[in-house]
Amino acid sequence: MTALRADRVRASAGGRLVVDGVDVTAAPGTVTAVIGPNGAGKSTLLRTLAAVDRPDDGTVRYGADDAFALRRRERARLAALVEQDATTELDLTVADTVALGRLPHEGLWGGDAAERSGIVGASLQAVGMTAFADRRVTTLSGGERQRVLLAKALAQRTPLLLLDEPTNHLDIAAQLTTLGLLRRLAAAGTTIVAALHDLGLAIAYADAVVVLAAGRVVAAGPTRETLTPALLRAVYGVDAVLLEHPGTGRPVLALDLPGD
Amino acid sequence: MRFSAVTAPDRTVPVARGAFLLDSLRASHLTAVGAGTLLAALLVVSVAVAVTLGPADIRVGDVWRSIASHLGLGVSPLSALRDGIVWELRLPRVLTAAAVGAGLALSGAVMQALTRNALADPYLLGLSSGASLGAVAVVLLGLGVLLPVAAFAGAMAALLATLALARAAGALTPARTVLAGVAVSSLAGAVTSLVIFWTATGDSYREILGWLLGSLAGARWPAVAIAAGAVLVVGIPLVLVARLLDAFAFGDTSAAALGVPVEAVRWTLLGATALLTGALVSVSGSIGFVGLVLPHAIRLLTGPGHRRLLPLSALAGAVFLVWADTAARTLFDPRELPVGVVTAILGAPVFALLLVRRRSRS
Repeated sequence: MTALRADRVRASAGGRLVVDGVDVTAAPGTVTAVIGPNGAGKSTLLRTLAAVDRPDDGTVRYGADDAFALRRRERARLAALVEQDATTELDLTVADTVALGRLPHEGLWGGDAAERSGIVGASLQAVGMTAFADRRVTTLSGGERQRVLLAKALAQRTPLLLLDEPTNHLDIAAQLTTLGLLRRLAAAGTTIVAALHDLGLAIAYADAVVVLAAGRVVAAGPTRETLTPALLRAVYGVDAVLLEHPGTGRPVLALDLPGD
Repeated sequence: MRFSAVTAPDRTVPVARGAFLLDSLRASHLTAVGAGTLLAALLVVSVAVAVTLGPADIRVGDVWRSIASHLGLGVSPLSALRDGIVWELRLPRVLTAAAVGAGLALSGAVMQALTRNALADPYLLGLSSGASLGAVAVVLLGLGVLLPVAAFAGAMAALLATLALARAAGALTPARTVLAGVAVSSLAGAVTSLVIFWTATGDSYREILGWLLGSLAGARWPAVAIAAGAVLVVGIPLVLVARLLDAFAFGDTSAAALGVPVEAVRWTLLGATALLTGALVSVSGSIGFVGLVLPHAIRLLTGPGHRRLLPLSALAGAVFLVWADTAARTLFDPRELPVGVVTAILGAPVFALLLVRRRSRS
């Protein structure tokens, strides 16, 4: 159980300041959605939260530890990152790809092969890609590859999971499966932070949201209290109402289309 | 598949297994250890047989006898003439070919991983053109004995020029580094041509041409020591950290997220392979296609995992160059082809085949 806490993070991408003084806190056992328009700084923020890129300023803490003071391998055993649209030229099999997630645990010499194949198998099963184990990743569709990369992150077995648009490229069924998986991981104690484009999914699955616009936090807090029609109007310039699902009582986002 | 996915909760589809013969070979029969043992045995046999080939009647038994007697194993030596052919001429040449082939294949595999460019080769960063310029300069100055030193110095100067240029253009990214290498290569190549055009005559022209196209004709024991020494000193650590290269498959961010110190690893390994290539090019000239093609061929058999790929590529490169050089010196006997011509004739079609295969898949 490890909480994530980022304070006053400022980070640049391509020489431009894209995250400007952002605070994020995410509690163990919860899913936090980072939402905001294109170019709001979501991807850069996630890379910083994963401690892949050092921010210009500010701190990132995993539990009590400064993420950038940890040894790299130790950090990779605490936090895993699923990038958006990561591709490869290499002819790796799906199983090989997922096994990369074991690197922080095994080091250069390789570890217990049986343990590895067990974890790889479980990770593939969790994302519904077991039957693809022997396929080359270069032959997969975008959605299939996205799920394999999620399995790679699962194989890292980290208490923190950071995902950049994990539902990108996925068909609607796979989107629901993936977010259902994130909910189950959260229920088991994982701290999850995911950038999401789809506000409907954020409302349905996230415990908390961080709303970014132009690199700054516009609003943050529990999803239902934070994602109000007024906020969506201010951030995205769209009119929306929140309805109640007649069967489950969950909130459902309904957008007013221009011309209605 | 998409429609069935919506209705079926189990979103799995059957995998097309065994679509290619190579795939099934890889999966089941050809384990890495087996392939390694096979290639190592093939290398030993190749070296012994290659020494016997040529315009003097030498047998495999003679090769073992010569080696044993020189190692002081109490075997009666061969006649001075035959022993000279084996020990002074052919054996060092064949061993140099093996070491150079191993080193080039190893460097190629590492360069391809570090630049994430499947078409990268060991001479990528201006190394061979720099080495050529250095070599041509000393040959034309009549200082041919300094050739290995000058070639190595030229390779390193070109590497530094490449890195300086890439750095001057901004942050040192792989793409920019490769482009800077192209610029430095072109310039060094142009200067080399200019120097040859203005000054070379007769013998020096032949010597230069042989060197530019790659040749092992002059390889004696010092060449063995340089090439084999470089392969062992640089190659063994490379093989030991091979697993880090796997992590680069999905790019720098992905590698960093797996705990790999991306920048440190990249520049250390790039520097190490540049040193290795510089040492090789100084004894053999620039021999193309070995570093490009052999790692690809091995990937087809064992997959791209670098812990298998690096040692197997090295062994395969060694076997390949031993035979390429044997062909170079025996096919048109008594004339000798530059070995680079042989590797290009064999390598270019293979390379074309790999390109077509990549295209058809993507």
